[in-house]
Amino acid sequence: MQSTRFGKPNQKEEPLSQVETQSLFKHFGEVKAVDGVDIVSSDEEFLVLLGPSGCGKTTLLRMIAGLEKPTSGDILIGGQVVTHLPPRARGIAMVFQSYALYPHMTIYKNIAFPLKAMGMAKDDMKKKVDWSASMLAIERLLQRKPRELSGGERQRVALARALVREPNVFLLDEPLSNLDAKLRTSAREELYRFQKDVSITTIYVTHDQVEAMGMGDRIAVMNAGKVRQLGTPDEVYSDPADMFVAGFLGSPPMNLIETPDRIVGFRPESFLPQQMHEGIGDLVSLPFTVTRIENLGADRLVYGKLEERFGHAAVIANLPTSFTSYAIETKQRYDFAVPRKDVKFFDPRTELRAEPIPL
Amino acid sequence: METATPKVKGALRSRKQHLSFFFDNEKVLGTLMIAPAVVYILALVGFPLVMAFVYSFSDITIGSSDFGFVGFENIKSLIGDFEFKLALKNTILFTAVSMIIVLVLAKILALILVKDFRGKFIIRALILMPYVAPISLGVIGWLWMLDSIYSPINWLLQRTGLFGPDFWPMWLCKPNLAISAIIAVHVWRMLPLATVIMLAGLASIPQDIQDAALVDGAGYFRQLFQITIPMMLPIMLVAVLFGIVFTATDIIIILVLTRGGPYNSTQVLVSKAFYTGIDAGDLATGAATALFLFPLLAAVAVFMLRIARRTEVA
Repeated sequence: MQSTRFGKPNQKEEPLSQVETQSLFKHFGEVKAVDGVDIVSSDEEFLVLLGPSGCGKTTLLRMIAGLEKPTSGDILIGGQVVTHLPPRARGIAMVFQSYALYPHMTIYKNIAFPLKAMGMAKDDMKKKVDWSASMLAIERLLQRKPRELSGGERQRVALARALVREPNVFLLDEPLSNLDAKLRTSAREELYRFQKDVSITTIYVTHDQVEAMGMGDRIAVMNAGKVRQLGTPDEVYSDPADMFVAGFLGSPPMNLIETPDRIVGFRPESFLPQQMHEGIGDLVSLPFTVTRIENLGADRLVYGKLEERFGHAAVIANLPTSFTSYAIETKQRYDFAVPRKDVKFFDPRTELRAEPIPL
Repeated sequence: METATPKVKGALRSRKQHLSFFFDNEKVLGTLMIAPAVVYILALVGFPLVMAFVYSFSDITIGSSDFGFVGFENIKSLIGDFEFKLALKNTILFTAVSMIIVLVLAKILALILVKDFRGKFIIRALILMPYVAPISLGVIGWLWMLDSIYSPINWLLQRTGLFGPDFWPMWLCKPNLAISAIIAVHVWRMLPLATVIMLAGLASIPQDIQDAALVDGAGYFRQLFQITIPMMLPIMLVAVLFGIVFTATDIIIILVLTRGGPYNSTQVLVSKAFYTGIDAGDLATGAATALFLFPLLAAVAVFMLRIARRTEVA
């Protein structure tokens, strides 16, 4: 599939679809929506922009699309500066949160619209639309109108419309957030496989860390207009660059405990009863008193307080329910521990990762 | 004992709350609330309309209590009447031409006003002004603007050199000029409402769809003609419907500016009905003239509403 796609093979030498931003700023009056972003995507990558709402991820995406002019900085696509080019000249296609299908047109006309704007001949257009529709298995919907379609079908149409122009870059703005929870899981799977099939560089905006972790080759975690960390899902989760990333990823998030000169962080799932860590090696013992237990089915969340020298800090432990042998009751004190390699340290002033201290 | 107490309490409560239950009943309260509007419409719109229908099939005149039923005689004689045909032609001409101009201008204005620019507030206020001013006062203003001797429009155009020193059109005194003037004032009057309706239609197109069209490579005119206008079509039809009904049934502009003159060249059905029925006293012919367009306008309304509905649902 890959080699014959678009009938222009052997163009892989040039990173046609690499997206790069160079010290990109976007200010709306006083609000710094995007505050100095430098990211470089690699070719054919699935890059996720993840962050809470208002962190500037959508503004960043819209600037890459050309729908928003940056206050300063440059955007490069395939090595070319496109900062002052209109969207249509950037070789991009975008899928919107609402899918933005044209309600008065049939699905066929929706998908053909970008081709018509290119001035393509009718015959070629039909071939392209049929190809694009078959990629997403929506051939039978072509004569319908968008309002007759379900949410999942609309999403496929939006993808087909984006694909039909054979863009160098896909820009997806929370395309799954309008689907109901059950559909979202299968749509996530489909979208992931679709991206791998067509191997087009994709920049995907979401606030959902499950989507980001599940689909992204790399994740750029954003907050307050800045990229806090750019790395593989494993890196941003296990090796957070700062306290924001540590606190944003994971549910429940990382336990962060204040000590006199460091913030100490460890994930709830590595905070387990001492004997469950057997054979792991160097452990940090943290005895704690249980205050509340939540059984979530697959997991058991144990809330409690550490002892005196950690200021009775509130922490959460996440025990797999399969460890039923270990009975836990409230108001009891247990010997819990964290593997030393799983303990992260942060500077309380800069909130960045810092050198370890003896615990 | 235990069962008796609640029973007594229940009885007390029901008596106390009887009135409020009465008013809580949607049927009662609803009927009560809507009654004034229904009475008003029946007395001031429904009754005169029925009377007009009755009169149009009779030979009634002012100053006589004779009432004879003549069937379709009034309408038959109207159809043969030269002046009536002229008025009918004018009504259709004024309505059609002014509606086309209004649609184009309102669309352009709405496209301008939907953008953000300095002074937008003032421009918008100025454009909406004609709609806020009482129509008769506004038209009296136009009467002065188009005056045969003191017309400021002519003065201005002469001063700026657009009109030659001997060129001084008498707007309301020449048939063709008068027709143009009437259409212009109709446009001036309908434009604000149409612009507001178009603005609402424009604002109702989601930003995502405009953005999608941009990303899909549509230029300005492709976006305008293939996305914006088709999506606004239902609401544009509402504007057209209002425009047709308002323009075709308007009498104030004619009455103030030309009184149907010169030589009946700007007479429309409504002004003709007024002059025939009230001034000349022939109530029956006047009523028949006034109602002549009723079936047509009703058909236009039904047709437009059906199109609007179809584009909405299908």
